[in-house]
Amino acid sequence: MEFFLEVLIGGLLSGVMYALVALGFVLIYKASGVFNFAQGAMVYLAALSVVGIMEWGAPLWLAVILAFAIMTAFGIATEKFVLRKLVNQPPIALFMATIGLTFFIEGLAPMIFGSDPRALDIGIVDEPIPWILDNWNMVISKFDLIAAGVAAVLVTVLALFFQYTRIGRALRAVADDHQAALSIGIPLQHIWAIVWGVAGFVALVAGMMWGARNGVQFALTFTALKALPVLILGGFTSVPGAIVGGLIIGASEKLAEIYIPPVMQDLFGGNFGGIEGWFPYVLALLFLLVRPEGLFGERHIDRV
Amino acid sequence: MLYREAGQFKTSYAADQQLFPIRQDRIGLILLLAVAFLGVPMFASEYWFSAILIPFLIFALAALGLNILTGYAGQLSLGTAAFMAVGAYAAYNFQLRVEGMPILVSFICAGLTAAGVGILFGLPSLRIKGFYLAVATLAAQFFIVWCLTKFPWLSNNSSSGVISAQNIEILGYAFDTPRDKYLLVLAIVVLLALAAKNMVRSTTGRAWMAVRDMDVAASVIGIRLMRTKLLAFAVSSFYCGVAGALYAYCYLGSVEPDGFSLDMSFRILFMVIIGGVGSILGSFLGAAFILLLPIFLDIALPFFAGLFGLPFSSATVSHIQILVFGALIMFFLIVEPHGLARLWQIAKEKLRLWPFPH
Amino acid sequence: MKKVFKPAVAAAAVSLAMLSQAAYSAEQFFPIPSYRVGAYGANGQAFYGGFIDYLNYVNMKDKGVNGVTLTWEECETEYNNAKGVECYERMKGKAAQSAGPIHTMSTGISYALIDKSAQDKLPLAMMGYGRTDAVDGSVFPYAFPLVTTYQMQASAIVKFVKDKLGGNLAGKKIVYLYHDSAYGKEAIVALNAEASLNKFELVQIPVAHPGNEQGAQWLKIRQEKPDFVIFWGWGVMNQTALKAAQKVGYPRDKMIGSWWTGSEEDVVPAGEAAKGYMAATWNVAGKQVPVIADIEKVVYGAGKGNLQDKAKIGTVLYNRGVSAAVLSVEAIRKGQDKYGKGKSLNGEQMRWALENLDITEARLKALGATNLLPEIKTSCANHEGSGKVKIQQWDGAKWVPVSDWIEGNKGLIHPLFQASAKQYAKEKGITPRDCSKEK
Repeated sequence: MEFFLEVLIGGLLSGVMYALVALGFVLIYKASGVFNFAQGAMVYLAALSVVGIMEWGAPLWLAVILAFAIMTAFGIATEKFVLRKLVNQPPIALFMATIGLTFFIEGLAPMIFGSDPRALDIGIVDEPIPWILDNWNMVISKFDLIAAGVAAVLVTVLALFFQYTRIGRALRAVADDHQAALSIGIPLQHIWAIVWGVAGFVALVAGMMWGARNGVQFALTFTALKALPVLILGGFTSVPGAIVGGLIIGASEKLAEIYIPPVMQDLFGGNFGGIEGWFPYVLALLFLLVRPEGLFGERHIDRV
Repeated sequence: MLYREAGQFKTSYAADQQLFPIRQDRIGLILLLAVAFLGVPMFASEYWFSAILIPFLIFALAALGLNILTGYAGQLSLGTAAFMAVGAYAAYNFQLRVEGMPILVSFICAGLTAAGVGILFGLPSLRIKGFYLAVATLAAQFFIVWCLTKFPWLSNNSSSGVISAQNIEILGYAFDTPRDKYLLVLAIVVLLALAAKNMVRSTTGRAWMAVRDMDVAASVIGIRLMRTKLLAFAVSSFYCGVAGALYAYCYLGSVEPDGFSLDMSFRILFMVIIGGVGSILGSFLGAAFILLLPIFLDIALPFFAGLFGLPFSSATVSHIQILVFGALIMFFLIVEPHGLARLWQIAKEKLRLWPFPH
Repeated sequence: MKKVFKPAVAAAAVSLAMLSQAAYSAEQFFPIPSYRVGAYGANGQAFYGGFIDYLNYVNMKDKGVNGVTLTWEECETEYNNAKGVECYERMKGKAAQSAGPIHTMSTGISYALIDKSAQDKLPLAMMGYGRTDAVDGSVFPYAFPLVTTYQMQASAIVKFVKDKLGGNLAGKKIVYLYHDSAYGKEAIVALNAEASLNKFELVQIPVAHPGNEQGAQWLKIRQEKPDFVIFWGWGVMNQTALKAAQKVGYPRDKMIGSWWTGSEEDVVPAGEAAKGYMAATWNVAGKQVPVIADIEKVVYGAGKGNLQDKAKIGTVLYNRGVSAAVLSVEAIRKGQDKYGKGKSLNGEQMRWALENLDITEARLKALGATNLLPEIKTSCANHEGSGKVKIQQWDGAKWVPVSDWIEGNKGLIHPLFQASAKQYAKEKGITPRDCSKEK
């Protein structure tokens, strides 16, 4: 039971890390209908900027600010030079453009900052909390708890931003219907630039958390693959969905990794571990069969 | 002037609906095939066969498969490489376990196996649409590759999961030189491409397109959604499966499950989109573009850097390659979102009038 | 830095010249399918940097091998199998007359090239990766898993662990945590054999690619309470494992990794969490090796170094690149002894040379490579030639060797190779050579 709880909690906390990446996808999809595959690469770019600038001698806080500036500039440039030119194209073309963007970043970022894997020390040690370990014999990482806290703050801020600010309302209007939003005088391109900036910020937070956890390196781009099932489970357009989806995926994937392979081993013989690669996807797929628009996604009504 | 259909009268429905209704197209195609079957084998070097032409044809076939699914039936899939893996491993096992099975039959069986798997993973398409479906097909990508690593029976208990394709022999003739393999691949690809061209103008193809354009409307006019969508998945996977078998037997020789990665699926999707969604010709153009571009960059960039004495290290050049590749993809999408096939159509329009402007 | 491209351009020009006048050929050409971008790019940069630096070094210091200049051409594979094949095909024309061994540093690419290189008669070196049953040269004449293989390494690690645990493994528990791919699975056969021989319990825990999330696996390890963890990771999986071990409080000095988990690139990103962690290696790190220091002086002194970042000189992977080049160049020397000094070797001659390598301690000393790599003696029946590894430990700043050369249990492992090679020969219809007739 203890072990079960330990896995469950560890999974939930990992799920928060996935949700951090998934948030970036949601923001951009919500506001512009673009499935931004480059989000993983943006996470990499952001984290790499931070360590790269720190290597040039800047303190952490300055590096973070500069990295934020880079991400914002990058987001605006993307909007201006790529997406604006693809307005009114089918979604698949936009999707492809973001894959092109992924390659672009994967070449650019290491060219500027170097491709060596590096450590990012943000002053939090990833160790079990001794008190919990002693009293309950369970491993709960301090780092993961703090990451969860960061995610909670981030989501709250974003939710408030969407719900109560003028820009937030404009964002939602744009998400609902570009044409209608334009016709009532919402500056579309302005809004998109802001969204890409915010997505860059989210990527920065995710990049720093993942970077501090596993080191800053190319593999940060793979975080996108962890975020996709979260995304379909939670719905492409829902910020709380990303969080809930992340928790569900994180917890179930860890539990599955522990408890399913032994069962399969009994059935077929052989070692069936390492199911984390596909399990979240299959789970999300099964879930979609019941609710095709995800947990909190907007129900789509087809009209002829 | 040269390329005009004026004066070519069709006197029967059959003539009107033939595969290539314009005479110039027919002549062009015959010329092209003649060059491919006769000219190329005479002049191409071994490098061209085994590093460019064979992979080009195989990827074109896979892209064609994906194009049937995505371009004609409108179902976005990110699991193409996995279906190729199914084909490769199925062909291997048929050859290994069925005594005396002709290799071509193995390829067909490999395609059919892939089609079966494709139908299985196509089932969710009945409920799920758009990007949700695309992400769901990733389940196929990861699950299939995992299965191939986990069931040792599939790789004949090889400790690493890697399979080595058996030698190819048809009617006593061993296809072991790159040229032989090229001709074999070419023949298969041409046949399947013509079959695809034929299919997309048939009832099936029209049903696919109706579903692509709006599936609710399609079902209203009496197209059976389930049948149509699953058929698209089956046919598409069949093509991918054959492509996978050829990939293993005629191209790499040894394959491992991890080789059929998500990256490969993406590359094939690139081919479809750069080439032209919903175009048979586009699959070929796209495959050529995506395959040749990195090779071109790899050769050209160091050359230019050396020419101008630019202070680039080898690592920088490699990074620039990736960067330029990404940039060019975005560039092409912006300039011509309908793909290279669209450029060809425009060229055809121009050719109609050429050399007279009016 | 400006002149980095000169060798490549020169190589291209030279090989063009060679085509036109085949008689003149005092060059030895190395096709180098390298990778410097992507998830494993940093590893490739260090390895191929060392490899090329050493070739340059031989050219600059000794004017090549007996007057034969070493030339090379690089091609970016991105660690991608299909691209590796394209690179190979592109360069093999130039390698037709003079061919150095091809190092792909990728198991996948080596697998794809095994048949092709045998057909084209070009020697394929797989130092510490690739198809391990190619140790049996009777079936794989052109493939050389030089120095040592995963299975021998696993066996050597078990031997080391046995020493650590007081000379007896009976009743102990060892977890094998591995990258769930061809690479990770290779060692299982050997570990199973060792487990039944030494009567320890082996728990296998696979990690799905890319391995950037190992929470569940490490909680399981915590549950199992193993005496040791043997670890077979690659890329991001390495740092993640170290961090995750810290997270569950598993002592790092009871973790011992393969040679692809034991470079600076693998431990630095994990920061403090990596301290005390051990890994096997077949080449030592550091600039104290005379030849490494000399390369820095001669090659980098003249501004012809291949590395962008000089800090990589003396790292594990850099030195590994150098030792790969040392072996290749020694093979050229050996070949020239037989086929004529001052002449370039073609693939077949190179193959013979690689099969008859005999690098003794004295020879290593003369090269300034004492302790850089173990002694090697290859033969038709044994393309591996050594089977020895050292264990090194990360002290937070550098890798420190903590053992002497340890040889795996050859009697246990080599029959496994022969059985596997035999099956391959049967599948492919290859008639194995008779090794007793080779000399």
